[in-house]
Amino acid sequence: MSETIFIEGGRVIDPANGVDGVRTVVLRDGVVAEVGERVERPGDARVFDARGKWVTPGFIDLHCHLREPGQEYKETVATGARAAAAGGFTSVVAMPNTKPVNDNTSVTELMLARAAAAGAARVYPAGCISKGQNGEELAEFGELKTAGCVALTDDGKPVMSAALMRRALEYARAFKLPLAVHEEDLALVGKGVMHEGLTSTRLGLKGIPGAAEDVMVLRDLALAELTGGRLHIQHVSTRGAVRAIRDARKRGLQVTAEVTPHHLALVDEDVAGAGYDTDFKMNPPLRSADDVKACREGLADGTLDAVATDHAPHSAVEKDLEFDVAANGIIGLETAFAVCLGVARTGAFTENRLIEALTIGPARAFGLPGGTLAKGAPADVAVLDPALEWSYDPAAGFSKSRNSPWKSKRLVGRCTHAFVGAKLVHGEK
Amino acid sequence: MIGRHKHCIALADYSREELLQVLDLAVSMKEVLRRPIKKVPSLRGKSIINLFFEASTRTRSSFEIAAKVLSADALNWTSSNSSVTKGETLVDTVRNLEAMRPDVIVIRHQSGGAPKLVAESVGCAVVSAGDGAHEHPSQGLLDAFTIREKLGSLEGKVVTIVGDISHSRVARSNVHCLPKLGAKVRFCAPPTMMPAGAAELGAPLFYDLREAVDGADAVMMLRIQHERIGDPLIPNTREYSRYWGLNAKKAAEWLKPSCVILHPGPINRGVELSPDVADGGRSVILDQVQNGVAVRMAILYLLAGGAAGEGVGAEGRA
Repeated sequence: MSETIFIEGGRVIDPANGVDGVRTVVLRDGVVAEVGERVERPGDARVFDARGKWVTPGFIDLHCHLREPGQEYKETVATGARAAAAGGFTSVVAMPNTKPVNDNTSVTELMLARAAAAGAARVYPAGCISKGQNGEELAEFGELKTAGCVALTDDGKPVMSAALMRRALEYARAFKLPLAVHEEDLALVGKGVMHEGLTSTRLGLKGIPGAAEDVMVLRDLALAELTGGRLHIQHVSTRGAVRAIRDARKRGLQVTAEVTPHHLALVDEDVAGAGYDTDFKMNPPLRSADDVKACREGLADGTLDAVATDHAPHSAVEKDLEFDVAANGIIGLETAFAVCLGVARTGAFTENRLIEALTIGPARAFGLPGGTLAKGAPADVAVLDPALEWSYDPAAGFSKSRNSPWKSKRLVGRCTHAFVGAKLVHGEK
Repeated sequence: MIGRHKHCIALADYSREELLQVLDLAVSMKEVLRRPIKKVPSLRGKSIINLFFEASTRTRSSFEIAAKVLSADALNWTSSNSSVTKGETLVDTVRNLEAMRPDVIVIRHQSGGAPKLVAESVGCAVVSAGDGAHEHPSQGLLDAFTIREKLGSLEGKVVTIVGDISHSRVARSNVHCLPKLGAKVRFCAPPTMMPAGAAELGAPLFYDLREAVDGADAVMMLRIQHERIGDPLIPNTREYSRYWGLNAKKAAEWLKPSCVILHPGPINRGVELSPDVADGGRSVILDQVQNGVAVRMAILYLLAGGAAGEGVGAEGRA
């Protein structure tokens, strides 16, 4: 059976191919068959009316936590992949800090099997840099790649040993895998729980200086230069990090970087505004207004390649606690588009640039399929209503967890349909 | 109620009038403490739970005596464990305590924001007895009370706070309280003990003690916590004492004759204060302790359903 899908009348934004205008998108046999202004429609085609909407390549999230195996009460591969589809994400990269961690092929295979059964967004596992994420010995990069891992990361933890990081960057070259790094110097972080500044002082919470991130980014850029390894900086949150990455790229270094919606939209003062609400606690922490400005500039000028959610589900058990002891992280798959669109509409970056950073930007960073509506590309498509106003209720969403700073907030812009391999995985038929 | 407030958690949220409401009532409360029979029936039938997650003798005793003088029943609940190690969350603990129908929960906790979490979880009034490095509102009020009592007024007075400002909830409550009452606050600390963004709190910053106390009407010396040494915030207490400690010679040469010296206690004798200064004529440290009871009586009275706050305990149940 080869059903043909026509998505008609929408504004097609496909930065990979320089397309921005009303087009018809035709999907057939799992791939993009055609994108054109006037396409003749066969009588048996399934038609989706996208007038007033945007039609883009399905979003790609380089950074999410699906919690399976081990913490299925927070999220499973199935619920996470479904939440992704609801947010317009047709591919997600699943972080390896599961229980047990994904430093071996059995965990990778389990994730892939669960994802295949779920039939929602595509799930690409990331493997660990170090065995057990202990920062001591290298994990088996070759085995992990063969099993299906697309990147290596000890996310949640920095690789504190510069020597190990150097060897990891070198060794990964053999397998052409990017090393995605969570950058913080743990000695500088200490017992910090939010960004260090006037707000942390007012709230009496221990601060984490922006320099904790900067020094590690600078270290790893130097190591990438030494080794020729492929470095990807995760969840950039400081002006210093943006500047360091921009300078490194000017020098020709092969480094990519991502930024989260919350680091583009929220500032440390919001922790005070929310009265110690632990749904404003994450790592890296919400930074100063100046850091946020730098991140927005970094996304606008391409220094930051991708918007990644760092979707980090936690239950009330980890969150309904004192700020000091609550877990880091927020969910973000279902709100990312609306939150970033809100930032774009302040004039921080163009809508086109935003879509680029959600599609071809991340695809190129990790060498993933998709992110484009080129003929023959995977038929992964998001249909978005950029004017839809909605109130976000995490309990009504697809994620198992509810830890979002946007709970009960009014948002504008929402994914209405998502297709993966020409199959509708989200939205009304 | 204290003004608009059902709880006493952060002086940053209090207006001048609300601060004065407590301070003025504390004057009458202090008078009660000087009677031969120190007992009034104002809070008879009310119960107060002192929930202390951090060691404290002085503050807990002060709240306990304040409650007893007002005829309230006080129960002390001490836990050295945080919720994580204890296996019961803070929210569960206070919901259990609330089921015992207290009118006020007084809480001290090592985490900034914990009293706010408690206030959101229970229906009764919540008084912070200090949370992390956030605030210690009753201490801020008793400091203001003491300075006002000793100097006659706070208007235009210069108060220098010396010590580990970065970890001090006392300094924060003072900087949110004293300026609203007309005083000017200065901070003096080694740079490693000055918090981020301190310059924006409205207090001029000094690293040099002599400059910081020049012309001051009151000097508040903070306790240097032993765990900060080698943190590495300061090399050792000897060096700290030499540059930021106050002894009789410095006091005589640098302080105005009328300048008073405060300390929230407990004192590290020989570190931030030499014994002759701690026990000397300028020291109002023991007045602070006595005034602490009066101020806490005023807070409990206003929040536990004294005249202005009838039925406070049942309002706004979550």
